[in-house]
Amino acid sequence: MPVINVDDLTDKDKALMEVNQLKLEVKLERWLTSKCCEEMKEYIQERVEEDTLVKGISEEKNPFKEKGGCVIC
Amino acid sequence: PPLETGGASSPSDVMTAASAVSSAVTVHQVAEKVEGLGQFVMKTRRTLKGHGNKVLCMDWCKDKRRIVSSSQDGKVIVWDAFTTNKEHAVTMPCTWVMACAYAPSGCAVACGGLDNKCSVYPLSLDKNENLAAKKKSVAMHTNYLSACSFTNSDMQILTSSGDGTCALWDVESGQLLQSFHGHAADVLCLDLAPSETGNTFVSGGCDKKANVWDMRSGQCIQSFETHESDINSVRYYPSGDAFASGSDDATCRLYDLRADREVAIYSKESIIFGVSSVDFSLSGRLLFGGYNDYTINVWDVLKGTRVSILFGHENRVSTLRVSPDGTAFCTGSWDHTLRVWILMC
Repeated sequence: MPVINVDDLTDKDKALMEVNQLKLEVKLERWLTSKCCEEMKEYIQERVEEDTLVKGISEEKNPFKEKGGCVIC
Repeated sequence: PPLETGGASSPSDVMTAASAVSSAVTVHQVAEKVEGLGQFVMKTRRTLKGHGNKVLCMDWCKDKRRIVSSSQDGKVIVWDAFTTNKEHAVTMPCTWVMACAYAPSGCAVACGGLDNKCSVYPLSLDKNENLAAKKKSVAMHTNYLSACSFTNSDMQILTSSGDGTCALWDVESGQLLQSFHGHAADVLCLDLAPSETGNTFVSGGCDKKANVWDMRSGQCIQSFETHESDINSVRYYPSGDAFASGSDDATCRLYDLRADREVAIYSKESIIFGVSSVDFSLSGRLLFGGYNDYTINVWDVLKGTRVSILFGHENRVSTLRVSPDGTAFCTGSWDHTLRVWILMC
């Protein structure tokens, strides 16, 4: 059973938890945001052609095509 | 704002000042030259009717056609979304089944809510068999279960709870393998990193924080606090290097894990209702958000603009997931129905 319930923590407990967490995070090595965003852009562009929610899907390939029924041509 | 030179600065003050001083680069600036997407409209291709009350959660099976959904009246239903047939139904002993998940094998589902537990039901091929008889209680929290997810196999489940913790459980024995403490209020959502990126997951809570955790050590590796209200949904970006969140503050946000900061906000003045659920399209170009104003807003992740607003549900959209192969997405609503949406050429 998980050992704590947040309802049992005092404000001081919560603040202490937060400060300890921030002390850990201060040591993180961070990449430049511009580099990360550039990579994100490239990742998307490599894959967007196969993304059927961006490019659309034809009726033949559509797994959720209209069920049965008659078509009047 | 300049850093305080005299007196004690808490680590929090230092962090806030540091992020304000560094330039606020966003994805949109980097993507300035990227061609915008036209306006396009996704359509509902299936409507799943059968729940007697608010749909609270849904999940896709890896076979891309089956869906499990859970509702306020305690019912959990497994659907074949191609035919809209109900394949299994089970009534939980509690109401408000806020969480449900499909096992990777497709042979079981997990669910829970106000019972403070997560239970696993093996799905029988025999439609007449009573699913409830085979139920296995796996997780026990001291408050409601808000979300659950199997890990890479049917053997472990990750849960989040109103008791402020997340936990990892062994399904067979029900043993607690690891617990995750750090949120200062209810945890509302979680998402596992794509398997290639290793053993981490992200959680979001009523403390407005999104936390990234190491599953083995139980340690919180990174945390993000830029939302102004409860975070209802978190979802990893397909590469695993970022994640999106949706909040009661009516915004969706994108956080890059390597930059360790927020890199985009998806919002409009006209959107004032909370976001209940978010998910990405296959490539990560689109971010879908289900909102409490009954709509779905579709965002261009790179440009930051809204490319579509989808109407159809007659009450809050409470849950939204893109299918495993990215061909469709499914929404569940307080209007008792689920809808499967696609984009036609």
